Amino acid sequence: MTISLLLHALEQGLIFGIMVLGVFITYKILDFPDLTVDGSFPLGAAVATKIIFSGGNPLWGTFLAIIAGSLAGIITGLLHTKLKLTNLLSGILTMTLLYSVNLRIMGRPNIPLLGKETLLEEIKIHFPNISMNYLIPFFFLFLVIILKFTLDLFFSTEIGLAIIATGDNEQMIRSLGANTDMTKIIGLCLSNALVALSGAFFSQYSGFADVNMGLGTVVAGLASVIIGISIIRIPTIFWRTIAVVIGSLVYRLIMIIALRYGYRLGFKPGDLKLISVLLVIIALSIPIIKHRIDFITSFNLGRKDLQNNQKKEV
Amino acid sequence: MLVIKGLTKYFAKNTPHEVLAINNFNLRVKKGDFITIIGSNGAGKSTLLNLIAGALQPDQGEIRLDGKIITYQPEYQRARWIGRVFQNPLLGTAPYMSIEENLALSLKRERRGLRLGLNKYLREYFRSKLSELELGLEKDLAKKVGLLSGGQRQAMTMMMATMFKPKILLLDEHTAALDPESSKKILKITEELVEERKGDLITLMVTHNMKQALELGNRTVMMDRGCNIFDIQGEERKKIDINYLLKQFSKLRKQEYIEDRMVLG
Repeated sequence: MTISLLLHALEQGLIFGIMVLGVFITYKILDFPDLTVDGSFPLGAAVATKIIFSGGNPLWGTFLAIIAGSLAGIITGLLHTKLKLTNLLSGILTMTLLYSVNLRIMGRPNIPLLGKETLLEEIKIHFPNISMNYLIPFFFLFLVIILKFTLDLFFSTEIGLAIIATGDNEQMIRSLGANTDMTKIIGLCLSNALVALSGAFFSQYSGFADVNMGLGTVVAGLASVIIGISIIRIPTIFWRTIAVVIGSLVYRLIMIIALRYGYRLGFKPGDLKLISVLLVIIALSIPIIKHRIDFITSFNLGRKDLQNNQKKEV
Repeated sequence: MLVIKGLTKYFAKNTPHEVLAINNFNLRVKKGDFITIIGSNGAGKSTLLNLIAGALQPDQGEIRLDGKIITYQPEYQRARWIGRVFQNPLLGTAPYMSIEENLALSLKRERRGLRLGLNKYLREYFRSKLSELELGLEKDLAKKVGLLSGGQRQAMTMMMATMFKPKILLLDEHTAALDPESSKKILKITEELVEERKGDLITLMVTHNMKQALELGNRTVMMDRGCNIFDIQGEERKKIDINYLLKQFSKLRKQEYIEDRMVLG
């Protein structure tokens, strides 16, 4: 029971971990809160599912999902850099237009993949001796590790460093010869490609695509990034990419526990989004609360015993 | 050779708040010139540097560098010839990136590709360059720049603005926000770095310090209300002192007031 629960958290944490790596690029590196994610996650699912459902090659479907995600990122990037819309508005517009696009692609709100051959089943053919229960987490672990190292490498290249600098000090990197419109678009493109890939895998893993499955992806991504970064505090890209994936695992574990045992506390499945938002608020406010407590205790307010002690020392 | 002809820049053009920041500004700068620019607040000194760097686009006029018109070229394209240091030490460096990453970014200014941004040769080069600053920055290249002091950051920005052998160096009151000690240090570094490139670098330095304006460089330009009102160089410049400069300034301004009054009746 508990092992299957942990295994589920591991699988989902890794699949969503791909999405979290994408959110990390925009939110933490580019300093761009990108809401496109809520649309590009189901976009990846829609593209992959549609192709698999109509008998296409799942690998091809997954690849096209990545392309579709990058295009979504490019649209947000163009709205922001060329039309000078704010980052939030650019994301909202793309997210909303993607809802219609996703419906168009799928042709209906929900496509099941029952009895269809997904990428996971194709991989299974190559490893007939390993049970699906272990193959799935291993495959995604392998994939996430490859993606992590690829991203690390990318962000140590000339262009990768320019993207980091765009989020850190835009005016400076422009005066150092980087086209910041371009670096932002590349960052958004990469980010949404990862998010769409994550969506494509999630639909194949769970066996369906739904037009509403993207709702709350941003918040889940942010929660994972924030949790991960507060667990591992080393501010280098190498550790940050590990941290956000761990954050994703922790987040999924909390969600699965809340889903499975939450009813004892009176929670319903519909409360999950509320819980994830509370997680974000708590994780974000910890440093501020900690600062307040340090501030208050530094004056010993309301602590007679401490005040007396201090007088004695003087 | 940098030639600025008839440069004009308005802010909030065609509104009731329209401001004429640069008014038909002309300047010819030879290679090797080190010009100090002085003028009161709002005279247009920083705007001029922003126009040369491409951070702002002029309404009229033209800027030529070595015969090539660069008036409307975007800032990021001009960056391969222009090094800048801002008044605010926080503007010139990226705080969450390491010393070596900042330096690497400043060295490669065009066609950034998928080559690694750092390697051991670059690190060795940065170490030797940083040790010339004598601030101990070469000891930990992986240190985040945000942990350095304002003086250290400004020294780094100075290095980043000159290391790639630019044609033009733009200094916008780059010592104004520092304490006297750091400010002296940065000026010394400025002189050394400019001296290194003697004869083939154009330097424009905005300053509010009249003493600095006469001590540094070989030419001084005085700006008022977006115009080049006084331009002195060579032997003539060596003879004058701060008092002369101040007198000249108030005299030229008064003249303009009189002219204004005549026009306005």
